[in-house]
Amino acid sequence: MKIEAKNVKFFYGQDQVLKDISMSIKKNTVTALIGPSGCGKSTFLRLFNRMNDLIEGARLEGEILIDGVDIYNKNINVNELRKTIGMVFQKPNPFPKTIYENVAYGLKVNGVSDKNIIEESVEQSLKQAALWEEVKDKLKKSAFALSGGQQQRLCIARALAVKPSILLMDEPASALDPISSIKIEELIYQLKSSYTILIVTHNMQQASRTSDKTAFFYMGELVEFDDTRTLFTNPKKERTQNYITGRFG
Amino acid sequence: MKEKIIEKLLLFCALLTIFTTLGIIAVLLIQSFNFFKEVSFFDFVTDTEWTPLFSNKRYGILPLLSGTLLTTLIAVLVAVPIGLIIAIYLSEYAPKKVRSILKPSLEILAAVPTVVYGYFALVYVTPFLQSIFPSLSGFNSLSPGLMMGIMILPLVSSLSEDALYAVPKFLKEGSFALGATRFQTAWKVMVPAAFSGIAVSVILAISRAIGETMIVAIAAGQQPRLTFNPFVPVETATTYIVQVSSGDVPHDSIEYRTIFAVGMSLFVITLILNNISFWLKRKYQATYS
Repeated sequence: MKIEAKNVKFFYGQDQVLKDISMSIKKNTVTALIGPSGCGKSTFLRLFNRMNDLIEGARLEGEILIDGVDIYNKNINVNELRKTIGMVFQKPNPFPKTIYENVAYGLKVNGVSDKNIIEESVEQSLKQAALWEEVKDKLKKSAFALSGGQQQRLCIARALAVKPSILLMDEPASALDPISSIKIEELIYQLKSSYTILIVTHNMQQASRTSDKTAFFYMGELVEFDDTRTLFTNPKKERTQNYITGRFG
Repeated sequence: MKEKIIEKLLLFCALLTIFTTLGIIAVLLIQSFNFFKEVSFFDFVTDTEWTPLFSNKRYGILPLLSGTLLTTLIAVLVAVPIGLIIAIYLSEYAPKKVRSILKPSLEILAAVPTVVYGYFALVYVTPFLQSIFPSLSGFNSLSPGLMMGIMILPLVSSLSEDALYAVPKFLKEGSFALGATRFQTAWKVMVPAAFSGIAVSVILAISRAIGETMIVAIAAGQQPRLTFNPFVPVETATTYIVQVSSGDVPHDSIEYRTIFAVGMSLFVITLILNNISFWLKRKYQATYS
């Protein structure tokens, strides 16, 4: 198993937002996390690169293993950990730099200074993110000159440049128009062969189109976790059935 | 009916400030115009001596500007690096509690009357510096410059901190997610993202230092001198205005008009700085909206 969550409970102060969640994720698969707003799916996603560490007063119980290693172990260097786990956010968040510098950023902060290596990696990452053809002539332009959809693919390229093995995506297409959204989905499909991907989404068509497995969260609980096809066509729990048929949420 | 009166009253207050400003500008312009009828503008901006109160009158503003520039430069060299470091610490490192105590305490620095800073520079800082640099004069630009730096420090730190704090959280997270450390994130992402706000804070601090009067009048001396040596007495433009307007120079004389020409020069400089900061704000704002 690439990723394992074992009896994970998570608290913001007194509020328990994740209730005893266990889940195993295989290498090179896409797992969709769905559920109504506030169900804890984003919080769960952000546990895997320890992004929740930034929140004052947050507390975790249970274990999260990546490649068999507990990432909340005291000996873990958080910066090193985050290099192996890319993250794409809900809103495109390019840095106030050029397109080139955005992709090179991850390498530079991790101590890579060889210009040839960086240049090669920038090109390769932009190609992987299906953005190269659109930006190859304006790498020195500000990232803000790009459209929203292009910015989001730039952020994906930026994440890929540090060569992670896992990609966490927090509603990566929710701020985009339908066409850009489809492009991101196609990209997810292509990236699956080399990355283990977790994607949080509100869009159930997107979940069913892009993922191998789907996890349905409700009120901090993992209600159901199964093959995407099974979960959408033949859910075992009534709550899942009600959610995917649009009866609530 | 009552609403109408209130509305007119409010409008009147707004207009009053505008007319006051216009009035000041008009007086500056008229008096400067009269001044330049007697003194050539070319001499004013190129002559290296400023001696309007002596029998051998010279009207070169450069010595006054160099005094102003030197004290301002020293102040900025103190306030900008320290202010920026404090701002980064407060917005990126300090726990909420520390921030809520430290930020208001820093702002108290701005509430200290400037005459206290001036006095402090003259009777404590200068003697202390003289124990390190024996060649330091009793009046000099170093000591008031340093004090002025402390005075404008909260302006830089507080406004820069506001600018850093206003950078969207997801930008910071984007950097952390790539394995960047806090310092790398602060320096390479947050500071560039908050650049316009930081630049505006620096420009405001410079304007404040250029216009500052009391500290330099007390501790920098009254000797107009074209120099960049921080150890010797100088005179700033503001000090000169104080010196003449509190002295017994007859009104409607050329000596009297010099202060309007000097005041006009200060006004033009701060006006330019204000415009730069306005332009910077507009140019870089709304990138993340």
